Amino acid sequence: MHSFLQKFGRLLVIWLPLGWLGIFFMLPLVEMVNVSLSEARRAVPPYNPAFQIGKDGISFQPAVDNYLLIYEYWEDYLWPAVNSVRLAFFSTLYCLLFAYPMAWWIARSNKSLQHILLVLILMPFWTSSLLRMYALIGLLNPNGVINDFLIWAGITVTPIQMMQTDFSIYSGMILTYLPLMILPLYASLVRLDNSVLEAAADLGAKNWDIFRTIILPLSMPGVIAGCLLVFIPAVGEFVIPALLGGPEQLMLGKVIWTEFFRNRDWPVAAAIAIILIAIIILPIVYARYQDKESIS
Amino acid sequence: MRSTVPLLVKLLAIAGFGILYIPVMMMMIYSFNRGKLVSVWAGFSTKWYKELWYDDVLLTALYKSLLIGFSSATISTIFGLLIAIAFVRFAHFRGRLFLSLVASAPLVMPEAVTGLSMLLLFIAMEASFGWPSGRGVDTIMIAHATFGMCFAAVVIQTRLRDMDKSLEEAARDLGGRQPFVFLSIILPLILPSIIAAWLLSFTLSFDDLVIASFVSGPGSSTLPIVIFSKIRLGVSPEINAIATLMILTISALVMIGSFLVLRRDGKK
Repeated sequence: MHSFLQKFGRLLVIWLPLGWLGIFFMLPLVEMVNVSLSEARRAVPPYNPAFQIGKDGISFQPAVDNYLLIYEYWEDYLWPAVNSVRLAFFSTLYCLLFAYPMAWWIARSNKSLQHILLVLILMPFWTSSLLRMYALIGLLNPNGVINDFLIWAGITVTPIQMMQTDFSIYSGMILTYLPLMILPLYASLVRLDNSVLEAAADLGAKNWDIFRTIILPLSMPGVIAGCLLVFIPAVGEFVIPALLGGPEQLMLGKVIWTEFFRNRDWPVAAAIAIILIAIIILPIVYARYQDKESIS
Repeated sequence: MRSTVPLLVKLLAIAGFGILYIPVMMMMIYSFNRGKLVSVWAGFSTKWYKELWYDDVLLTALYKSLLIGFSSATISTIFGLLIAIAFVRFAHFRGRLFLSLVASAPLVMPEAVTGLSMLLLFIAMEASFGWPSGRGVDTIMIAHATFGMCFAAVVIQTRLRDMDKSLEEAARDLGGRQPFVFLSIILPLILPSIIAAWLLSFTLSFDDLVIASFVSGPGSSTLPIVIFSKIRLGVSPEINAIATLMILTISALVMIGSFLVLRRDGKK
């Protein structure tokens, strides 16, 4: 009896979450693939399912029309894809530029300061990105705080256009994703053995040489992890370009939204979502491959 | 000795902290601005905070967000705990690879993709067997619980793995049964991580805009959805006030959470 209960409990522990995630995470993806292979039509729902269980049994008639459509109008879809990757790439780069010094500083300070600085890094990460983007708009607006200050100080006469430019988008991206870059960098920098650095300094290495030949290579795993953590969500970012970017700043997340809700073309929206997944899987697979290489 | 940090590094780091904090601080200051113009300081006033109390749309949305946050965070934490136990305590079981895939993929999935795929499933389910009828609070709750449990699992897993096993073994040697050992030994030891996981799931749900926009229906707008539509109309002192309140609340929760975690780390 006791062992039966134990076995039953064990099955419950495994299969409850497995069942939930299977139904509400895996099944939706399967359904999305199904919709992306379906024919669009003017009805409710606006697609003719590729996979159907009906009166006359199970039928599966996939149509690649939607992917062909994306291929045919590639200029309309390729540009947002390229733009997404471009924005994500440079956002990652700028985050790294600020995050590395911050992580270094935190890793090198004493324990109590370290705790305070880490909480300071984590706090913005937990608060809503939407609200922080809103706060940024208040700074960058033509009648915002920065322009007011510049006009008051006599540096400029007319307000500088900062909103709806690449500058505003990158500011928003850094503001949102900086903590994600700092944490893995910090984790790899704090493990750095001080005696190695001291030995290098004793042997006459200059600061820059120590950084280039010891600190940077040893913190490389942190750099790669941080870049992945920033790049992956940045590619699919939706809120930042919608609020801070101009109308020409199309990104894939936005295109999915427009295709689905405005054009009511569900199959094409699903197909774009699947292309977005493919863009994200590539760097993950690459990182895994690199990992295996360095082990062997 | 290289404990000194170069000046350039310090300057860049301070600039980084500035980027993180200056916008929010300016917003908080201007939420106490008397004037309607956002950038012109017209004296100190708390009138925008009072005005929030009479905004029915905001209050309804706040209630819905809290309801969704509480229920989804609770589901997330329970399921996250189960996932953590399965991974840390059961070495081999059928479906381990599948579980590790579906428990980590939501962490990297773009919100727009998660939202769209869930919406498509809910629509297909409604067409096949009538549930869920329409979309509203319940569908948002399910969606939030689904990605929340993956984050909760990560938080609890770390603690469960680092836990000192000797106490548990001692209890078992003394004849304690599995449920007793779990409730009186393991649970208290990992309680801080469970609270942290709940807080994390709650804030993720409370802050989510994109997924909620996809799976919400008419009349089920959450607070971020309402705020987003207000922001598109322009900056206003009223949003400054609600944003200040939200950020202060979440920050207080984070302080409590990180205090709980740090205190335990300090004890070790």
